[in-house]
Amino acid sequence: MTSQLPFFLAHIWLLPMFPLVTAAAMLFFGRKLKNDAINVLCAGSVFISFIFSAGSFLQLLSLPQDNRIAINVLFEWLPAVPFHMLDGGLANFVADWGFQLDPLSAVMILVVTGVGFLIHVYATGYMAHEGGYYRFFGYLNLFMFAMLMLVLANNFLLLFVGWEGVGTCSYLLIGFYFHKKSASDAGKKAFIVNRIGDAAFLLGIFMTSALLGTMRFADIGPALAKGNFEVGDPRIVAIALLFFVGATGKSAQIPLYVWLPDAMEGPTPVSALIHAATMVTAGVYMVTRTSAIYVLAPSALAVVAIVGAITALFAASMGVVQTDIKKVLAYSTVSQLGYMFLACGVGAFTAGIFHLMTHAFFKGLLFLAAGSVIHALSGEQDMRKMGALSKKIPITYWTMLIATLAIAGIFPFAGFLSKDLILGKAYEKDALLWAIGYFTAGMTAFYMFRLIFMTFHGESRVDHEVEHHIHESPRSMLIPLVILAALSIAGGWVAWPEILGGNSVFIRFLEPVVAVPHELRAEAAKGVSSRMGEIGLMLLSEGLVVCGILAAWYLYIKRTNLPQMIANRLGWFYRLVYNKYYTDELYDSLFVNRAKDLGLALGAFDRTVIDGAGVNGAGWLTRFISKVSMWWDTWIVDGSVRFGARVVWLLSIPVRMIQDGLVQSYMLLVVIGLIGFLAYYFHIAHQAMH
Amino acid sequence: MILNQVLFYFFALLAVGSAILMVTRRNIIHGAVFLISTLLATAGIFLQLQAEFLFVVQIILYVGGIMVLFVFVIMLVNLDVALRQIQFNRQKYLAAVLALVLATQVGFALWVARAGLNLSNPSDKMPARNTEAIGDAIFQRYMLPFEIASVLLLVAMIGAVVMAKRRV
Amino acid sequence: MIPTEAYLILSLALFTIGVVGVLTRRNVIIVLMSIELILNAVNINLVAFSRHFGSVDGQVFAIFIITDAAAEAAVGLGIILAFFRNRETVLADEMDMLKW
Repeated sequence: MTSQLPFFLAHIWLLPMFPLVTAAAMLFFGRKLKNDAINVLCAGSVFISFIFSAGSFLQLLSLPQDNRIAINVLFEWLPAVPFHMLDGGLANFVADWGFQLDPLSAVMILVVTGVGFLIHVYATGYMAHEGGYYRFFGYLNLFMFAMLMLVLANNFLLLFVGWEGVGTCSYLLIGFYFHKKSASDAGKKAFIVNRIGDAAFLLGIFMTSALLGTMRFADIGPALAKGNFEVGDPRIVAIALLFFVGATGKSAQIPLYVWLPDAMEGPTPVSALIHAATMVTAGVYMVTRTSAIYVLAPSALAVVAIVGAITALFAASMGVVQTDIKKVLAYSTVSQLGYMFLACGVGAFTAGIFHLMTHAFFKGLLFLAAGSVIHALSGEQDMRKMGALSKKIPITYWTMLIATLAIAGIFPFAGFLSKDLILGKAYEKDALLWAIGYFTAGMTAFYMFRLIFMTFHGESRVDHEVEHHIHESPRSMLIPLVILAALSIAGGWVAWPEILGGNSVFIRFLEPVVAVPHELRAEAAKGVSSRMGEIGLMLLSEGLVVCGILAAWYLYIKRTNLPQMIANRLGWFYRLVYNKYYTDELYDSLFVNRAKDLGLALGAFDRTVIDGAGVNGAGWLTRFISKVSMWWDTWIVDGSVRFGARVVWLLSIPVRMIQDGLVQSYMLLVVIGLIGFLAYYFHIAHQAMH
Repeated sequence: MILNQVLFYFFALLAVGSAILMVTRRNIIHGAVFLISTLLATAGIFLQLQAEFLFVVQIILYVGGIMVLFVFVIMLVNLDVALRQIQFNRQKYLAAVLALVLATQVGFALWVARAGLNLSNPSDKMPARNTEAIGDAIFQRYMLPFEIASVLLLVAMIGAVVMAKRRV
Repeated sequence: MIPTEAYLILSLALFTIGVVGVLTRRNVIIVLMSIELILNAVNINLVAFSRHFGSVDGQVFAIFIITDAAAEAAVGLGIILAFFRNRETVLADEMDMLKW
């Protein structure tokens, strides 16, 4: 099969290998390399992967539209092991090291390698003066390898390998400054919370295998058809929900989102790459990849939509009151991910992926620009100590402004097109969901422009020493900003909606790969809802967004004492939101401390029972046995020896009496002997005579 | 005939009596004197047995040599302390009994064998000249024992001198 | 003629008295003298049998015994003297150093 494919498609498997090789190089001799060499190697390998991604994409386009799929199987990782499915049928458990390129994974690899490459270039400037340079890039490349494995896998197991890999790299990179306790704690928190989701994901994979007999994505569709599953079959619903729990862990939705704000302890390029553009989108990718299962479980889809919407609102509310620039962006990410899941939940998987792509552009840009601001301010991250920077760091300012316009959803920036597509699809499904998304969009605009105004405008609240050192970032950091800004403007134009005269190429491109829920099929056949309705919705969104921007301007430029007054008036409610609704404290008391208690209890058990009875007991037993042995040796063994000696002594007593040293007693014995001898002699003689 | 018997009984009784007395005296000198008396009686017995040479040798050697030696040594040891000691040791009764048993045994043997040995009938054919006969016997038949006895005497002499010497 | 058995009985009597003396007296000089007595008794026995069989062999044997007795008495008395000088005693009961 592979020999008939064109070059790039035949060598899909090489894509993840380039960063893997450089990561290994960093492991083995990264310490000895100079920074320049590391830059060339690590950013270079990602660039090569990007070239391959672009080449594969172009060659994929040359395939016919209904069969745009290319599969490379390198080798059979787990050869076939037969097992019984849930319904008794016999299936083969096979897992290959196989790669699948179809429109969905093509989009993902372009985003991952493209944005990843830009962030690598940025990091060469940002991390230039940090220690552990080779370690950072080694981890970063390892992450690229794992992420590419995740999106290119052709079966669940290999996807899970990448899934775990990105989780591990996230832990390594969040805790990069491991000397700081808060950083290493954040790394631990990310990994542990992720693990909870992973457990559910794994159960979902098992159930899929047991129910459908296959792990390959390409085989799921046929297996579902053959199994004749009803819509809403509880087993399918269970699988879908389990997968979604895994997605909430990786993509930071309620209830497993708590690690993402803490993950801001990592260096800013890490936040940009992993926690904005790539890793957190793995959940959305996974749900889209398994859309065939989800469309058979409408109740699960409803859960997805509801959780996504509520998360979006919830996170946005927390983003409004944050004072750390990166924390605002973190909550914003959680909120935008909620939008993506909302899209999937209402059946518009393609809209979710579209928003994923545009979000990678503007959120990545936002993080990088925030990093540039922090760099300019010599490490300051608190927005209350910023202000009036727009003239001093102009390129950073303008690129960040572009990204903020995109995320707020101003026409015709990328964020507007993707977010509006989602809101449109949500409105078709359920007005309440649309309302939540609508209100959240307004909040998004508000808090993002709050960020801009507090950071770049108004009076300077910067510390005096910091003020002297304000400088624009080096070119290695600025060029990626500019490129991402261009993408934030134009990146959404690939899906220019039809009602505005566009072609929606992007959506069409993805459609063959995702399943469509049944009711939506009927809708699609009916045709899109009225043009006026859609344009009306767009105008409504724009109106709310402008209101949000104006509110931010009013509060943070015009009347800057107002926010504090409002906070005081709101009192306990403000404190509740400011403290993140105390979710961390809640989780601590419910789960974390209970787990610690279990650990302590087991530790106590170990000390008293195992160590007491086992180890100390063994010690006591050994000493006891040695005492018994000593007793035995002293009394029995020595005793028998001494007994023998005592017998000899007793026997010798009469003999001793005889040897008294007196000659006359010896003479007496002689006489006694003589008497005896004579008696015997005379007896013989007597006998001889007669 | 009668003279023979009277002489025999005289000498016999003298010997036995002196012997008993010797063994029982407290004073060692008395004991030595009674031994001399016994030896003299024994010499008489020898004479009656027609052993004239032995009669003389007994008196000269035994009485005149050995007993003199005894008396010298008695004089050299502390007499006074010995006089006050207990004379008989702890095993005296047992010893007496055993001696009697021994005597009874030998007596019984004699009694049983008296007919076979014909002891009532001693020979008459003793050699006429006793000393010459003994000389013949010693220097012809018993030459080796004679020489050995000489060596023995030599060794005893040296030994006695060494033993009795004062520490040098 | 005195029958030989009379001399034998005499010899036996002296021998017995000598044995009693050896076994019973504490003073070693008396013990030595008792030994001489025993030897004498043996001599009488030998000479009696010499006359019984009419040969001088018995008397020759007796001479040798007297020789032997002399030698032994000399050495024995030397030992007694040496011992007396060391231990100031002539009592057999007190000469028990070679006991266990």
